[in-house]
Amino acid sequence: MANNKNDVIISLRDIFVEFDGEVILNHINLDIKDKEFLTILGPSGCGKTTTLRIIGGFLEPEQGTVTFEGEKINGLPPYKRNVNTVFQKYSLFPHLNVFDNIAFGMKIKKLPKNEIKRRVKEMLAIVDLKGYEKRSVSKLSGGQQQRVAIARALVCDPKVLLLDEPLGALDLKLRKNMQWELKQIQQKTNTAFVYVTHDQEEALTMSDTVVVMNNGVIEQIGAPADVYNEPVNAFVADFIGEANILNGTMLDDCRVKILGEELECVDKGFGQNTPVDIVIRPEDIEVVKPEEAKLVGEVTEVVFKGVHYEMTVMCKGCEWIIHSTECSPVGSKIGMKIIPFNIQIMNKMFLAEKNTFYAEVISASEEENKITVKVEDSEFDIENYYFETGSTLEISLPPRALSIAGDGVGHIDDVYIESVIFKGEHNEIILESDEQKWLMQSDVDEQVATYVPLKFDFTQAEIKLKEGANET
Amino acid sequence: MRLKRPSIPYIIWMVVFTMIPIVLILFSAFTDRNGNFTTASFVKAFGYFDVFLKSLWIAFISTLICLILAYPIGYIMSRQKKSVQNTLTMVIMIPMWMNFLLRIYAWVTLLQNGGPIDTMLSFLGIHTTLLGNQGAVILGMVYEYLPFMVLPLYSVMAKIDNGLIEAAEDLGSGRLTVMRKIVFPLSVPGIVSGVTMVFVPSASTFLVAQYLGGVDDIMIGDVIDRIFWSDNNTGSAIALVLMAAILIFLIILNFFGDEEAIA
Repeated sequence: MANNKNDVIISLRDIFVEFDGEVILNHINLDIKDKEFLTILGPSGCGKTTTLRIIGGFLEPEQGTVTFEGEKINGLPPYKRNVNTVFQKYSLFPHLNVFDNIAFGMKIKKLPKNEIKRRVKEMLAIVDLKGYEKRSVSKLSGGQQQRVAIARALVCDPKVLLLDEPLGALDLKLRKNMQWELKQIQQKTNTAFVYVTHDQEEALTMSDTVVVMNNGVIEQIGAPADVYNEPVNAFVADFIGEANILNGTMLDDCRVKILGEELECVDKGFGQNTPVDIVIRPEDIEVVKPEEAKLVGEVTEVVFKGVHYEMTVMCKGCEWIIHSTECSPVGSKIGMKIIPFNIQIMNKMFLAEKNTFYAEVISASEEENKITVKVEDSEFDIENYYFETGSTLEISLPPRALSIAGDGVGHIDDVYIESVIFKGEHNEIILESDEQKWLMQSDVDEQVATYVPLKFDFTQAEIKLKEGANET
Repeated sequence: MRLKRPSIPYIIWMVVFTMIPIVLILFSAFTDRNGNFTTASFVKAFGYFDVFLKSLWIAFISTLICLILAYPIGYIMSRQKKSVQNTLTMVIMIPMWMNFLLRIYAWVTLLQNGGPIDTMLSFLGIHTTLLGNQGAVILGMVYEYLPFMVLPLYSVMAKIDNGLIEAAEDLGSGRLTVMRKIVFPLSVPGIVSGVTMVFVPSASTFLVAQYLGGVDDIMIGDVIDRIFWSDNNTGSAIALVLMAAILIFLIILNFFGDEEAIA
């Protein structure tokens, strides 16, 4: 089994998809190897189902190539691809019974009757539904329908089985069972599985490879343990498992400053005095006496979680989550010791510290000391500033000056929330408008993947004429 | 859960407008002018046996043509975006807002000698009579009843989840196989109710044949219409036979489809 495990069956190259001017997949590359269990993980709207539909042949990418065992298969309809799909809503044929549903693909291929019978029987044994041949599919439970859908796809003996959130509709206990069963089935049939889910736990338990997607791009590809232990950025760290994500400064190789304290770490190559994101898993913080650690905090909340206690600790205005088997009572002062290996340093997702953008003055009034500017098709007034009509301004706003208009009237409408990450003391929100990305700090939780009106507070703004322009 | 309490308004409605008329028809079919029991009306009714058969035949052909035309229309409609679906439903409904007689008159004007279609054909050297034959009657019926076939087909097909079609494609079916193995079997209830809604009224229709057909092209509905004023006993008997024939047809049809179609 291991000898050809590295053979790539399907490869996606530079795939680009757009619906109504909205980018769904932004030039992604992905290789699927033979016999592997690959999971595409991401929040809803990140493009994971679209990726699956491209592999299945239900959607043609605008750009990019899809190859199957080295051959380009762009434009090949689904029925000619050696790939089968288990759909999100199972899509079992309601007018056929269990046997006919599973036999559907083989009947189309006109296989001999006794072979069909034999293979359906075998497949029913694999999915643990022996003797269900004559049942009507509408009389089956969710978990059983699920298994019929898997059997129907697997019986065609595909090289790759695509599964689109197949456990989404099941209750927790059944889902756990099915996760295990799916992994068993995958190993028994030796088929490559491409599994789409938004459930990080599912991804970690079942996969050989996890692909983390967000907003149409692949953030990270790796083995579950690698993605968990060494996330490439704050989004991945936040999406997979629980994490304390903080702002920090990389002073030099192996030296990082967190909340004013200098700590030792193992990462190199970030340069000097570089702002970075830092992730520390809750289970990697050791609770010690206050005098034994640099970081000291006060326990504000304790929740018993069965295996461990989950403690919320306030340290220098920042909220930390700690998992520990020993309970420290609320109100007690504790030291938080972190070994260098467990401090994971990541590049910031938004590199600049301020939002800088250009605006064109379209009208101005000197006596009212007010200008009207145009930014990305939106026009709005800025008070207490005067510049000549026609000049281009460079405006820079700190993340705190941005907010989401509660009354629905913002300066720029329909801005997409790309990520919301809790940084211990506030949320760091990355937004995307038509032409640029914005960094916002907020104390409010916002819903990712929604469109909101963005509002600016110009009292915190720095406004000047764009350099090199308007000199005449 | 089934409602135990009888729905009184519905029952009153059924008794007044359905049960009482049927009892009256039954009574007058089995009596003579003086109210004595007789089956003579049925003997007279059998005198119109050929008209009866012809009516059923015309109704059958019209239903068949409606089905052939409506099936692709319904399917195409059902695969459009929701907004387009609503617009198309509207377009199908609009002709029904106009009075039935007016629409038949419109066809008379279109088809008559010297009318626009006839004139156009004359230019091409084709001289024929378009009006006053069975073809014109069938055309009128198809025109009249097509929406009643399209709408039930469309509403059943719209319920076919696109996922099923994709699943079938995924398992190796081309377009034709998808139609044959998925869309057709799942649209049978629509076919059954569409056929019912077209065949039943077209078998008993009147006026269409009088306006569009020739002297011989008379339908059983017209016979009942004509005879009833002079001899309501025979009229009732024919109506009763027609009712029985349609009932048998519905029972046979119901054998293929589900229970919803009847009623």
